[in-house]
Amino acid sequence: MSDLTSLTVAGALSKLKTREISPVDLVQAYAKKLEENKKYNAFVTLVVDDALAKAKDAEQKYLNNTNRRLEGIPLGVKDLFCTKGIRTTACSHILDNFVPPYESTVTQNLLDDGALFLGKLNMDEFAMGGSNETSYFGPVVNPWSKDVPLVAGGSSGGSAAAVAAELCAAATASDTGGSIREPSAFCGVTGIKPTYGRCSRYGIIAFASSLDQAGPICKDVTDCALLLNSMAGYDPKDSTSSKRDIPDFSSFIGQDIKGLKVGVPLEYRPDGLNPEIASYWDSAAQILKDCGAEIVNISLPHTKYALPAYYVIAPAEVSSNLARYDGVRYGLRIEGNNLDNLYISTRSEGFGTEVKRRILIGTYVLSAGYYDAYYLKAQKVRRLIKNDFDNAFQKCDVILTPTSPVEPFAIGDTKMLENPINMYLNDIFTVSVNLAGLPAMSLPIGLSHNGLPLGMQLIGRAFDEATIFKTAYHLERGANFVRM
Amino acid sequence: MAVDNDTVEKIALLAKLKVNPEKLNDTKLEFNKILNWVEELSEVNTDNVLPLASVNDETLTLRQDVVSDGHIRDNILKNAPAQEFGYFVVPKVVE
Repeated sequence: MSDLTSLTVAGALSKLKTREISPVDLVQAYAKKLEENKKYNAFVTLVVDDALAKAKDAEQKYLNNTNRRLEGIPLGVKDLFCTKGIRTTACSHILDNFVPPYESTVTQNLLDDGALFLGKLNMDEFAMGGSNETSYFGPVVNPWSKDVPLVAGGSSGGSAAAVAAELCAAATASDTGGSIREPSAFCGVTGIKPTYGRCSRYGIIAFASSLDQAGPICKDVTDCALLLNSMAGYDPKDSTSSKRDIPDFSSFIGQDIKGLKVGVPLEYRPDGLNPEIASYWDSAAQILKDCGAEIVNISLPHTKYALPAYYVIAPAEVSSNLARYDGVRYGLRIEGNNLDNLYISTRSEGFGTEVKRRILIGTYVLSAGYYDAYYLKAQKVRRLIKNDFDNAFQKCDVILTPTSPVEPFAIGDTKMLENPINMYLNDIFTVSVNLAGLPAMSLPIGLSHNGLPLGMQLIGRAFDEATIFKTAYHLERGANFVRM
Repeated sequence: MAVDNDTVEKIALLAKLKVNPEKLNDTKLEFNKILNWVEELSEVNTDNVLPLASVNDETLTLRQDVVSDGHIRDNILKNAPAQEFGYFVVPKVVE
């Protein structure tokens, strides 16, 4: 029975369509797996009984041929997506009793296509973190851990770990600076952050609104296309969602890449880059070359400034977005003798250390006298970073880089925790993509000598996820990575 | 631009956060580490560069300016820590 959990979404759908298996079998198999694998701390809320009830309806739909495109597929949902009637906390104490009266557009799209939700997935508090250690519910354990428990990456650590450990068929996630791609790399799974505007942000608890974007984390490239087909689309409730046509992302899987120009940015190979990661990067380029692609050297000269710019812009948006948590309308409330003290007590008690750190930095860079020096400056650098990509895409069609400069590290790693900047630096290869609003995917390329997964990143032009899917499919075949 | 303890306290007050006195110094040191790091941005020549606030290049959609409160007052109030007579309750703010 538990074999069913190793099926990809595409694999499960084909067996469901031929009625070889039923959605009820599938949910039961995952329920058993979830019961046996609580040690990963991947889920913070489970609604398996609800999924089971809905699986019975799905079964009926297959019997009378009214099944929709993801009918009966059991998914996990990052706890950043509001789910109607299901507790949604952003893994923060300040929201740990919040039950949304509405559904996020992305999860509604998935429900409308027949998907089932098994529960809500662990994450860094408000998606701020790169190791899932800022979660109010404790860190996620990477299923690839050997003797020492390793981080699953962040912020979508629960999503990546749950997919790797086969606790759900696929998961929703979100990415503001690398939060889909880094955990995907750390857990040996595949995740795509689509172009800014592809998916509606309505009902996704806001972190940095000009950077946040939803996407799927899946077992493989084909599943990412299937999930994104359902998740993407214009939404009148999010004025930044795009009205551009959504192609059938699945249709690009298997298309050839002869003559495709793959850019390799020289700034992403600093002295001291982990030699194993550098060598996998070379072999990834070779795989694509063998498929007929042409490798071209490109330059992204402002790469070095992407992280500092991000750590001005993102906290600025955080300080503004998180002002809403005031202990009045929802969430935690710590009483005070006047309104100001109520605000201060609630927020001081409700937010964790990393979130408070970012609110403080953000408040500072937006405050009178510093706005031009920090915030405006960072926004100008942001334009230069976007221009870098525009120039690079004159010479190439897609960009290939490692996803992360490091392999998964131990939970509680002192070097990462002693200085917040050390943790921030792990996003060096992912963060520019958010500043430029581009689509990018991480997929597993191989194992380090420690037996831990490493990921490669493919970056596309804005709204050209198609080329990413085309290229990723060939890279996936060539890498022949064996999932857990 | 290094900040001192007073500035950290002032910023915390603006952000409606409390920094515990015993943590004030550490918070300041950390604050300065991050500020020194982002200071690298000053190396970049940004003369005649327009700030980029959003990558979205599509024109915003206009809609009719009509009142719609969603008619879900009771649903919204369900999550309120304190409510009475259909309103959110806060400590008294007028004498």
